[in-house]
Amino acid sequence: MTQRGPLLFIVCLLLIAGIGIASYRHNAYRIPILPGVQQTVWQVEARIEYLAQGSATQALLTLPPEQPGFRIISESGASPGFGFDLVTDDQQRQAHWTKRFAEGEQILFYKLDLVRDPGYEVLPDAPPDEAEQQIWEEPYQTAAQQLSQSVNPISADGRSLARQLVRELNQPTVTQNVALLLERYSPAQLITSLLNDNGIPARTVQVLALEDGRRRQGLQDFVQYWQDDTWQLLDPSGASADPNHVLLWQTTQPSVLEVLGGSRSRVTFSMISQSRPAEVVTQENAPGFAISLYSLPIAEQGMFKLIMLLPIGALVVAIMRILVGLKTSGTFMPVLIALAFLQTDLLPGLVSFVSVVALGLAIRSYLSALNLLLVARIATLVVVVIGIISIFSILSYHLGLMAGLNITFFPMIILAWTIERMSITWEEQGPKEVIMQGGGSLLVATLAFLVMDREIVRHLAFNFPELHLCVLAVILVLGRYTGYRILELRRFAVFNR
Amino acid sequence: MMQDLLSGWISPFRLGELGIMGMNRRNISYISRYNPRHRYPFVDNKLKTKVVAQKARLRVPDLLHVVETQHEIESIDNQIRDLNEFVIKPAQGSGGKGILVIVGRDGDQYVKSSGARLTLADIKRHVTNILSGLHSLGGRPDIVLIEGLVKVSPYFSAISYEGVPDIRIIVFKGYPVMGMLRLATHASDGKANLHQGAVGVGIDIATGRSVAAVKHNQLVTHHPDTGESLQNLVVPDWHTMLLLASRCYEVTGLGYLGCDIVVDAVKGPLLLELNARPGLSIQIANNRGLLARLRHVEGLEDHYLSHEDRVAYAVANFRHYDDAPADHGAATPSTSILTPQGATP
Repeated sequence: MTQRGPLLFIVCLLLIAGIGIASYRHNAYRIPILPGVQQTVWQVEARIEYLAQGSATQALLTLPPEQPGFRIISESGASPGFGFDLVTDDQQRQAHWTKRFAEGEQILFYKLDLVRDPGYEVLPDAPPDEAEQQIWEEPYQTAAQQLSQSVNPISADGRSLARQLVRELNQPTVTQNVALLLERYSPAQLITSLLNDNGIPARTVQVLALEDGRRRQGLQDFVQYWQDDTWQLLDPSGASADPNHVLLWQTTQPSVLEVLGGSRSRVTFSMISQSRPAEVVTQENAPGFAISLYSLPIAEQGMFKLIMLLPIGALVVAIMRILVGLKTSGTFMPVLIALAFLQTDLLPGLVSFVSVVALGLAIRSYLSALNLLLVARIATLVVVVIGIISIFSILSYHLGLMAGLNITFFPMIILAWTIERMSITWEEQGPKEVIMQGGGSLLVATLAFLVMDREIVRHLAFNFPELHLCVLAVILVLGRYTGYRILELRRFAVFNR
Repeated sequence: MMQDLLSGWISPFRLGELGIMGMNRRNISYISRYNPRHRYPFVDNKLKTKVVAQKARLRVPDLLHVVETQHEIESIDNQIRDLNEFVIKPAQGSGGKGILVIVGRDGDQYVKSSGARLTLADIKRHVTNILSGLHSLGGRPDIVLIEGLVKVSPYFSAISYEGVPDIRIIVFKGYPVMGMLRLATHASDGKANLHQGAVGVGIDIATGRSVAAVKHNQLVTHHPDTGESLQNLVVPDWHTMLLLASRCYEVTGLGYLGCDIVVDAVKGPLLLELNARPGLSIQIANNRGLLARLRHVEGLEDHYLSHEDRVAYAVANFRHYDDAPADHGAATPSTSILTPQGATP
C-alpha cells in the first residue's frame, strides 16, 4: 500500500496518546481502571470546645500532614460567626478560627474526608537533625542508663532497639527501672528519649485511631523514629497497630490545639467510614481533576455518559460492516437504536422498535397511494411515528408497563426515515430484502447495545475519554482493511469446487 | 459435523490463492485509488454519461424526454401518450433502483415487463418519487430520463426472460478485464440486476464464449424462467463491445469502471450506463478472480495505447479457455512490444 506509512504513524500516535494519557490519569488522579472498585472514605470530624472570655478570640488546630496511605479529598471548617482560614507555615498546616468578640461556650468543627489508599505516596521526609542527648534528672538518669545498657546490646538498629524498648515497657511485671521511669514519663515520651539517647532520632507524635462510628475520641501518643530514610511509626503500647487505621495527626507542631482568649479548651474526634464507588471518590477530588467530565454539572454529565458511548457503537458498526459484511439500513442508524435500547433495556426496546416500524410500514403503504412529495411524506411519517409512540406510551402506562414509557428515547426522525427506506425497499426488492436489512440493523444494534451496556465499557468511556483515541486508531486501521469480509467467505463459497 | 458447518464457507487463504477480490479491497485498492472523485458525476448521473458518450460518438439508447421539475409532471401524458414502450429511470439511481420498464399499452394502462398494469397516476407518482430523490444516492433531488426501450436482439430474446439483457464489462485503466452477460428473470422484474435476482453469465474476454452462470451467488446451468441452456453461448459483436467499453476509460477518466452495454436488434451494441462501483459477482460468473488480471494491468508500463491496442492486449492475455486455438501472434503486433516484465498472464 502506498500510503500505509503516514497512517501507521497516526495510528501509533493515537494509541500512544490514548493509553499514555489514560495511564497518566490513572496514576496521577487514582482513577480506577475497573468499575465498581469500592474505596473506603473516612469522614473525620474534630470538635473543639472552649470557654471564651469575652474578648477577641482565636483557635488554632493542627491539621494532619500529608502522609502515605491516606489521600485527603475534602476538608471544611466553617463555624458560624467565626472567620476561618487554613494556615500553612514551615511546619504543619493549621486551621485558624478568629472572632472579634466571643463569650461563653464555643464549639468549632473541622471536617475532613480521607480515602484509604495504600498506593498513595508523598514527598519523602527531610532527614532530621542528629539525635540529641536527653537531660535526665536523678534518679531517672541512672534508671534510663541502666535500661539502655540492658537493651542496647541485644539490638542491631533503631527498629530492633525500639521493639526491645516497647517489650521492656509492656512486660506484665516491669523492672524497677522501668516502673520508676514510667512514674515520671509517659511510655511514648520515655521511648522517644531513650531512642534519642542511643543516637536514633525520634519524636513523639499524636495519631488518631480510625474506628468506624467512634465519637469523642482523643489523640494518642505514638513514637516516630528515623530508620531507612523515613519516619517509622511505633505504638508504645506494643499492640501492632493496623496502618490502615492510624491517621498521623500531629508531628512537628508543638501542640494540637491552641486557643487564645479562652480557657478549658479541648478537642475531640468523631469518625465514620463509608464505602463508595471509586469514581465518586475521584469526582470529589476536584482540584486535580479539572480536565475530567466530572467537572461538568450533573445533568451534562448524564448526557455525556451517553455521548461517550457513541464512538463505541460506531466502532461496532464499522466492525460489523467492514469485517463481517452485514447489511444495515442506514449506516449508523443501529448506533442510535442501540442508544435508545440503553434507555429502554434490550427486550422492551426490541419489541417496541419492531412494533413501531411495523405499524409505520402499514401506514406508509397507505400513504404511498396518496402520491405525496418525498419531503411531505417523511414529515407525515414523523408525525405518524410520534403518534404511534404516544399511543404506545399511554397504553403501556395504563397497563402498568413502565418500560413502555422509555420508548420516547427512540430517535423519531431516524425512525421515520427508516420506515420510508424500508417501504421503498419492500416495493422494489421485496420483503426478503427488508427483513435482511432490518434484521441486520437490529442485529448490529443489539450487538452495539450489548457492548455499550457493559459496565466496564461505560466506566472506561466516561472516566477515560482519552481512550477514544484508541477507538479512533482501530477505526482508522479498519478503514484500510483490504481483506475479505466474513460473509464474503460464504458468498464466494462456490469457488470451493 | 464440523465439515457440514463449514461446507457453505471458503477459507480466506483459498480465496486469496484464487485471486478473488473482496469488497474492501475493491473499495480501497481500486475504486478509491483509480477513480478520482470529481469524475464520478459522469457515471453517477446518467444524463451526463449520455452527453459525454454522445460527444465521444459512442452509441447510446435514444433519450426521449427529460423531466427536471415537479410541474413538468403534469404535462408528462403529452410526452408519453404516443409511446408504446419506454423506460423511466432516475439520472442518479444506483443498483437499478427506480427503473420502470414499460413494454406496451393496454388502453389507458401501461404494461410493465412483468405484465403488471400501471395507470398514468402510478407513473406520475413514480416520476415524483424520482424527482424528490428517493432513488438517488444520498437522497439528492434528481431528474428523470425517459428513454426509448431497446429492442432485444433476436439472439438474446431466446435466453432472456422479459426485460433487456445487458453485458457488463469491467474496464481497468482502459483494458477490458472481465465480462458478464446479465439476463433478467421473473424475480428481477425485468431488470438485469444481479442483486435483484438476474442471472449473470461469465463471458470469456478473448472469445465471447460463456464460462459459467450465477444467480444469487449460486451456479446455474440454465435460465430459471426460459429453461434455455446458458452453456456454450457466444456473444455476437463481442469485439465491438470490448472496443466500446474500452473507450469509456477516456470518456470518463475513471480507472476502475463497469460498462453496461445492451444490444439493440437494429442498432447493435449501445452503451447503457456506467458504474464506478461495479459489483463482485462477475468473478463467480467467470469462475475467476479479478485480482490476477488487475495486477497484470497494474504491472504494465503506462504507455499511451489506443483502445484498439488495449482490447487486443486484453484478448491476448485474459483468455479463459486454454483449449481454444491460441491466436497470440494473430492478436496484434502491439502485444509483442508491450509484454509486461515479470507479469504472467
